[in-house]
Amino acid sequence: MDAIVLQILNGLDKGGAYALIALGLTLIFGTLGVVNFAHGALFMLGAFCAVSFKKLLTLAEVTKVPSDLGFPVTKEVFYLEKWFGQTGLTIIDFAVPLAILISIPVMILIGLAMERGLVRHFYKRPHAEQILVTFGLAIVLQEIIKAIFGANPIPTPAPQFVSGSANIGEWLGLGQFVVYPWWRLIYLLFSLSVLAAVFSFLRFTTWGMVVRAGMQDRETVGLLGINIQKRFTIVFALAAVVAGLAGVMYTPILPPDYHMGMEFLVLSFVVVVVGGMGSLPGAVAAGFLLGILQSFASMNEVKSIFPGIDQIIIYLVAVIILLVRPRGLLGRKGVMET
Amino acid sequence: MAKFLRNDLVVLAIFAVVVLAMPIWLQPLGAGYPDLLQRFAIYGIFAIGFNILFGLTGYLSFGHAAFLGVGSYAAVWSFKLLSLNVIPAVMLSIVVAGLFAAVIGFICLRRSGIYFSILTLAFAQMSYNLAYSVLTPITNGETGLRVLRADPRVIDGMLGVDAKGVLVTDLFGISMSGYSGFYFCAAMLIIGFFFAMRIMRSPFGMMLKAIKSNQNRMSYTGFNTRPYALAAFVISGMYAGLAGALLAATDPLAGAERMQWTASGEVVLMTILGGAGTLVGPFLGAGIIKYFENIFSAFNQQALNQAFSFLPEWLQDIVVGVISPFVGEGWHLTLGVVFMLIVIFLPGGLMEGFRRLGRLFTSGGNGPDRRKAASPAAQPQAAE
Repeated sequence: MDAIVLQILNGLDKGGAYALIALGLTLIFGTLGVVNFAHGALFMLGAFCAVSFKKLLTLAEVTKVPSDLGFPVTKEVFYLEKWFGQTGLTIIDFAVPLAILISIPVMILIGLAMERGLVRHFYKRPHAEQILVTFGLAIVLQEIIKAIFGANPIPTPAPQFVSGSANIGEWLGLGQFVVYPWWRLIYLLFSLSVLAAVFSFLRFTTWGMVVRAGMQDRETVGLLGINIQKRFTIVFALAAVVAGLAGVMYTPILPPDYHMGMEFLVLSFVVVVVGGMGSLPGAVAAGFLLGILQSFASMNEVKSIFPGIDQIIIYLVAVIILLVRPRGLLGRKGVMET
Repeated sequence: MAKFLRNDLVVLAIFAVVVLAMPIWLQPLGAGYPDLLQRFAIYGIFAIGFNILFGLTGYLSFGHAAFLGVGSYAAVWSFKLLSLNVIPAVMLSIVVAGLFAAVIGFICLRRSGIYFSILTLAFAQMSYNLAYSVLTPITNGETGLRVLRADPRVIDGMLGVDAKGVLVTDLFGISMSGYSGFYFCAAMLIIGFFFAMRIMRSPFGMMLKAIKSNQNRMSYTGFNTRPYALAAFVISGMYAGLAGALLAATDPLAGAERMQWTASGEVVLMTILGGAGTLVGPFLGAGIIKYFENIFSAFNQQALNQAFSFLPEWLQDIVVGVISPFVGEGWHLTLGVVFMLIVIFLPGGLMEGFRRLGRLFTSGGNGPDRRKAASPAAQPQAAE
């Protein structure tokens, strides 16, 4: 029982990341009809927003102080510490959560630039060309990041006071052994609230209603005098923000490097396919489902029966789903049938 | 002239001459050494095979590197168990890769479009992950599979051929390194090119092109399109297997990184760059990418400074600063940019570009001055 609860919890945070990326992919696909292979790169850019924000905060004044060793020793003092003392250090400690504030405008700008500059010219082109051009864009973004930040993963820890583990077992009355890192719990809650925000935005606002109507029948909405194109551009930016936020908050769990986006992209596509192309709830459900399945598959008990299952479980599920339910779990008829 | 070029045998002969003479005419370009030439030929085979699937049927596979990897492993196992001769290795690889492609294709081809791309990607990632983890006894994991002195090599043992000195693959005594290796790859490339040409010109190839242009209409006319698509998939998988075998033959080491999705992306890129659906395009694309990969990744800051030393100092700093992110380590950045530009402006690839250029010169365009310049032979056309 303990083990099962633990595995479900372990799967949830990764599932949260999958769900957020897959949600953005589905949004873009449903509105613009574009298959965005650069979405993983957006996730990575979000993570590097956090990294560069942290770098910005930890800018340090380098002074040479005389020492007993006979030569002056360089000493680094963070400007923030120098100016604000203890408060400054606390701000540095909270770099990752604070980076959210920075990443939102940055990701909006990146999203708008991408849509206006590139994706918009590919609406009428075949899907193969959309895939290829966004794939090229992903390579370019990834290589730019590599040129700036280097190829090594950059550890970006979570704030000190949530670095420990939450004793979830005691809360649920399951005993001492079910512990879960605080940050992962926060990530889970964070992803759930972002998902809730996006869904309620689309469901309960007039703006969102128009977007949903546009997803159903773009032409009719256009005939009603609504500039649906403009709204879809904003939806693209929204999807970029969602992916970026997923990346920002993921940095303490996985130190970001330049190719993290591609790894997540491949999995997120599988998630979208399993959930059903064009179905937002499907994407979210499949994200969490595959996250949990993956963590179950990496249990030792399971691995001893099916060796290597943890490496391939997601792809295996995708293959089975596509063969049994070709539209995915919650896919609708008529969406991307060909 | 154009009619003459349409003759298959003539095309094949020209292709063969161009390929076999590569060591000579690539010499001035700085690419006339066997290592690179082998890669031209091998990736040319890979791209030509990929083109049979993507260029003809329009199915965009994002997992083709898996077949290359499987071919490599099969070849190295053949070197280990059967013989250091490349012939059994090549045959084994083609068969194994073909079988593997048949299984994967049977599943993936149930869907088309984007689903097909994702399914093939999923299978390739699956093979890659498995090669690194559970299948370590077969693939030797991260170290890569290599030929050892202690391997049985049954056929070699029976024939009494004993490997002396360094273990190198051979073709009845001709070592497969250096130029002899290149000529073997080139021969394979020409054979592969011939088959690709036959396929494209055949009714079967016509069927594949029909699948690309309108699959529904094909079904309405009573054709079951899936066997045709599957055949194309298997054939292109076999080409990839052959390329993998040749990679292993020229350097008997097989690693899982050959199966990564980046490798699959690379072959897509080669085909698109040269021109999907054309005969020579994929080979051209493969050659160009491998050539520039070689040239660009060799550049570094120093070489750049030297190359632009004729400029005034301040200008030199700016030029070197602008170019340096694109060369050396940053070669992939150039690749990505070129790739995007090609897809955006020239979706038909270089062959399309050549055709456009050719049209510009032959049909004369609309300008009055050009019409004057046109030769008398072209004038009846202009009068039409």
